[in-house]
Amino acid sequence: MADLITYREAVAEGIAREMRRDPAVVCLGEDIGAAGGVFKTAAGLFAEFGPERVWDTPISEQAILGAAMGAAMTGMRPVAEIMFSDFFACCWDYLANEIPKVRYMTGGQVTVPLVVRTANGGGLGFGAQHSQAVENWALAIPGLKIAAPATPADVVGMMAAAIRSDDPVVFFEHKGLFASKGAPAPEGHVVPLGQAAVAREGSDITLVALAATVPLAMAAAEQVAADGISAEVIDLRSLIPLDMATVLGSIARTSRLVIVEENPYQGGWGGTVASIVADDGFESLDAPVQRVTAACVPLPFADVLEQAVIPTTDKVVAAIRRLTSY
Amino acid sequence: MTVREEENAGTAPAIGRDELLTLYEQMEVIRRTEKAAHDLFLSGLVKGTTHLAAGHEAVAVGASAALQPGDYVFATYRGHHHAIARGAAPAECLAELMSKGTGLCKAKGGSMHLTKASAGMLGSYAIVGAHLPMAVGAAWSAKLRDSGEVAVAFFGDGATNIGAFHEALNLAAIWSLPVLFVCENNLYMEYTPIGAVTPVGRPAADRAPAYGLPAEVVDGNDVVLVAEAVARAAARARAGAGPTVLETLTYRHFGHSRTDPAKYRPAEELQQWLQRDPLNLARQRLTSAGVPEAALTAAADRAAAVVAAAVEEAKAAPPPDPEDAFTDMWADGGSAWRT
Repeated sequence: MADLITYREAVAEGIAREMRRDPAVVCLGEDIGAAGGVFKTAAGLFAEFGPERVWDTPISEQAILGAAMGAAMTGMRPVAEIMFSDFFACCWDYLANEIPKVRYMTGGQVTVPLVVRTANGGGLGFGAQHSQAVENWALAIPGLKIAAPATPADVVGMMAAAIRSDDPVVFFEHKGLFASKGAPAPEGHVVPLGQAAVAREGSDITLVALAATVPLAMAAAEQVAADGISAEVIDLRSLIPLDMATVLGSIARTSRLVIVEENPYQGGWGGTVASIVADDGFESLDAPVQRVTAACVPLPFADVLEQAVIPTTDKVVAAIRRLTSY
Repeated sequence: MTVREEENAGTAPAIGRDELLTLYEQMEVIRRTEKAAHDLFLSGLVKGTTHLAAGHEAVAVGASAALQPGDYVFATYRGHHHAIARGAAPAECLAELMSKGTGLCKAKGGSMHLTKASAGMLGSYAIVGAHLPMAVGAAWSAKLRDSGEVAVAFFGDGATNIGAFHEALNLAAIWSLPVLFVCENNLYMEYTPIGAVTPVGRPAADRAPAYGLPAEVVDGNDVVLVAEAVARAAARARAGAGPTVLETLTYRHFGHSRTDPAKYRPAEELQQWLQRDPLNLARQRLTSAGVPEAALTAAADRAAAVVAAAVEEAKAAPPPDPEDAFTDMWADGGSAWRT
């Protein structure tokens, strides 16, 4: 359908809209210029905005994020691309020690309005060093805002919010969603960070999902609907700020919660959600909280192995059935 | 590749007698602030750690003399001298060290993170080498905004062996950015002689040619020579000629940090460097220029009075409110992360 756009196109569209409205927005990253990015998520930016605003870098992740930080401290709004989120490990100092801390440790003297974009997540057979979902790495560090959209319109709207934010934002683009299609974003579309979306209304059980686990949860909800189970699907959209009001409001009605996350069980973001539900939502629950997560092993290469490790629709359906029969 | 003198003829402003006297007084302020920090630590009024810059004064003061107000400075955890040289008051620095609410960073940073953003001193960073790419980014920003500003990263000899140094030099070189990389080579990477862990004799300057960058080795204890070298490099940067690496040779008078008595340094070496104390060199220059001894004494006395008053002001300042622990994380001033 011609009026649908892909998630991949939405990334470039979201950046382009902000570059048109604010000359302080500049991009830097590996292969993002004439090449348009290895995932083509920067396609068209170089042609429209030129080398003055779209800068190809060497393979120097520390220099990319350090330079973005220095530019953000001095009047620019850089959008830095780290090609694969696994490569955060190469520049982790900037994400763990520098960018999130500099405002605080200077007593509020400096501001770092920057966006770090990255291709995140598994399911495509890229192996252990190009497939991880690492939102939980960023979640471990106070001082970073974390966006992880699931639909093309949210990509555009959240990109606008991220680039306009005076706080640093880590923007996770899921590799498994790049080819997915959805309605285009209306003009001027802004989705504030920290507002979850109810992707599907339901009354028997709440499924909380993020990025690529949203379509998994939706598919699982459709399957169990045939058995008369009404599942509500919440797309968190961002992890920081974390919209627990929407989650807690949902389980107050459904009394059952499944968290569907691509992080490994050890240290995954769902652990934080479950902890808050234990603190603030215990009275709502009629069953244990169930987390469907990646397994605690590196991401394997072969499809059959990778599917065994990451969440699948079948695993979500099984969790729903366990809880609804509890 | 080193910068040829003839390329730079006329780019360095001469430091006049009066200005040199001012620079000397600034160095006295820094030296006495560092001594005060040391003493306050021993009195239990400064906690954590300190990395004192006594001995490095000429690098900070000479560089600042050659920079413009809008230029950007990024320093390391050994950064008290850079904060003061860029305009931070000794009282707000000491208050920060003493965990007072009036500290430069509201007592959230401490000795290793002195920052005076309003004076273009954009921070002191305690992860070795991390701030070099930041200075590159500030220089990139200056270029994008066509502002004519330059950025300066000061770093120790030990930072030349970490990856961020090399990524920063490479990116600055290919983008031809207005950034100065100023190494304060004090001969020791923490407790280890830099020569024992570096395959070239000049850890910063000898690496510059690999990135096509010009480099100069400068007497870092002579405030005039530092100012002249920084002025030359800044002029090149402002003219669009790109980055310069300056390796200033200096020596710290204290150990690496509070807990280090620096017994690994040969007594003879220490003695030689103390004879080349940057304050002594400045006094010699002033005397040679005909400045009377009484003027030098008066400058030192003024510095002593400033620091003594700063110590009393910092001691008398109130501690931070515990609630301040939850401010200044986000741009809205707060730290809320969930609903």
